[in-house]
Amino acid sequence: MKQKNKKLRTRIKAHLPFYIFMMPGLIYLVINNYLPMIGLYMSFTKVNLVEGIFRGEFVGLQNFKFLTMTTDFPLIIRNTLLYNLAFLILNPIVGILLAFFMNEIHSKRRLKVYQTTILMPSLISVQIVTYIVYAFLCVDTGLMNKTILPLLGKDIVKWYTTVKYWPAILVFVHFWMRSGFGSVVYFSSMISISQEYYEAAELDGATKWKQFCYITLPLLKPTVITMTIIGLGAIFRSDFGLFYQVPMGSGALYQVTQTIDTYVFRGLTGLGNLGYSAAAGFLQSVIGFITVVLANWAIRKISPEDAMF
Amino acid sequence: MHKPTEKQVYAAIANVALSMCALIVVIPILIVFMSSFSEESSAIKYGYTLWPRQFSLDAYRYIASKIDVIGRAYLITVAVTVAGTALSLIITACLAYGLSQKNLPGRKFFMFMVIFTMLFNGGLIPTYYFYTNVFHIKNTYFAYIVPGLLCSAFNVILLRNYFSNSVSASLRESAKIDGCGEFKIFLKIIVPLSTPILATVGLLNAISYWNDWQNGLYYMDDANRASIQQVLRNMTNNISYLSNTSSLPSASRQIPGVTVRMAIAVLSMVPLMIAFPFFEKYFVKGISIGAVKE
Repeated sequence: MKQKNKKLRTRIKAHLPFYIFMMPGLIYLVINNYLPMIGLYMSFTKVNLVEGIFRGEFVGLQNFKFLTMTTDFPLIIRNTLLYNLAFLILNPIVGILLAFFMNEIHSKRRLKVYQTTILMPSLISVQIVTYIVYAFLCVDTGLMNKTILPLLGKDIVKWYTTVKYWPAILVFVHFWMRSGFGSVVYFSSMISISQEYYEAAELDGATKWKQFCYITLPLLKPTVITMTIIGLGAIFRSDFGLFYQVPMGSGALYQVTQTIDTYVFRGLTGLGNLGYSAAAGFLQSVIGFITVVLANWAIRKISPEDAMF
Repeated sequence: MHKPTEKQVYAAIANVALSMCALIVVIPILIVFMSSFSEESSAIKYGYTLWPRQFSLDAYRYIASKIDVIGRAYLITVAVTVAGTALSLIITACLAYGLSQKNLPGRKFFMFMVIFTMLFNGGLIPTYYFYTNVFHIKNTYFAYIVPGLLCSAFNVILLRNYFSNSVSASLRESAKIDGCGEFKIFLKIIVPLSTPILATVGLLNAISYWNDWQNGLYYMDDANRASIQQVLRNMTNNISYLSNTSSLPSASRQIPGVTVRMAIAVLSMVPLMIAFPFFEKYFVKGISIGAVKE
């Protein structure tokens, strides 16, 4: 035993430089990630950001109780879940479809042009996307109201106050921003599939469609699963920029744009209740964690080699 | 006339579909771009269009007259991007290098510590509390650099895998026999051997610093320290933001509000767009390595 201890000590000593290497990164993770986890405690107190997290009076589940009684609560849960559900289902479909098309382009130059173009939105900040959407939807000078709707002989629409269009607009904007990224993910796992499978299938007379269904899709499964688990872990999170910035904070649209993240932020700006926001943030963190662990557990049961951890 | 092969049919369909996607991506960006060159009154009359009836540089002239605000914001964004990228690359690479040592005591624990940050986090309000009330970074330039962006678990894992797979242990051993210290080995051997992955991670970092606006939203109220994304955000709600913030004498003419918005958007996206073809290779690589499970 003593011998072992001594051995460990010499091993640690030999690795001392590496601990120094790791120090800044680990300290940063403690500050940026671990302290806030401890800070989740504040959702059980009367939140007071000035006094400090542990000075607030302990109130138990009161914040949660009152949060669930607000009319906002079912709304933010519904919006966050429904948008994420749509993204979870559509992301792989759009991504794989685009990747499939890219895979059918045999000219290297063309492929590069397509890829560059489709990736462009991933370089653009949400602020710019907000301006792009505004160029289309601005009531007085937007392309929709000034050009497209008159051409179709339709009346103009007050876009930023009309609730019914926004679910579709936000889903569209999401895919406009993120499809390039998603398609490259699937494309890169698609081209790593060995050509031999396809050659053998071709010899057997399998059509392209059959090859896609019986070779490509099954071999993409691990990627789909990984992406879906990541998505599930974020099921109570939402793209803050998309839901807060793109609708330009229009209050008339809260019904379909308010998600957990925008709600929590509004608490911080003083427009909402900080205690409820802290409680909503707590639920978001904890339930998100539980979902990702559960999803991974389920996958481990069904096909262990695809589990993430 | 022979029947096209199946391959040709699929290629044709793919070309049509991808061309359409490309148009859906490009047209909105072009509309912003072209509108910024429109004459203000024609933009008001005909709205934002793909081809303005009357071209004018008024929007850009107006921005030039407010150069103190825009120029400073630009400088801040450039400085933050450079400093943030460098710092985060150093911190991330060093952490990843330590984790790549197979015999490091406690390696599993530290690895778990990194991965766990991907699964669980404290969320906005506790994070905000610690940064503002404990570390007091509000309204300092650290606010743009430190929160959230310095060291992502994803990048740590990316670099760690590269270090442990691509840098041979024997190379390190022989350097050690030659009397090199660990720091020297890292700088003289590991870093030069890992330039492709370092470029990729650095690039992903640079893009997120250039485009970051949330840190500004949460931690920066000082209009004199606004980054370019902050200026954009402030102008979505308040078109007179520029003239109110600028200390330069206001031009007698009115703000060409409709076109100035688009001109600032163009100015903030042009640098990345111009540079993109040169670094696209690394960008695609960054996404791809993330996708391929080891």
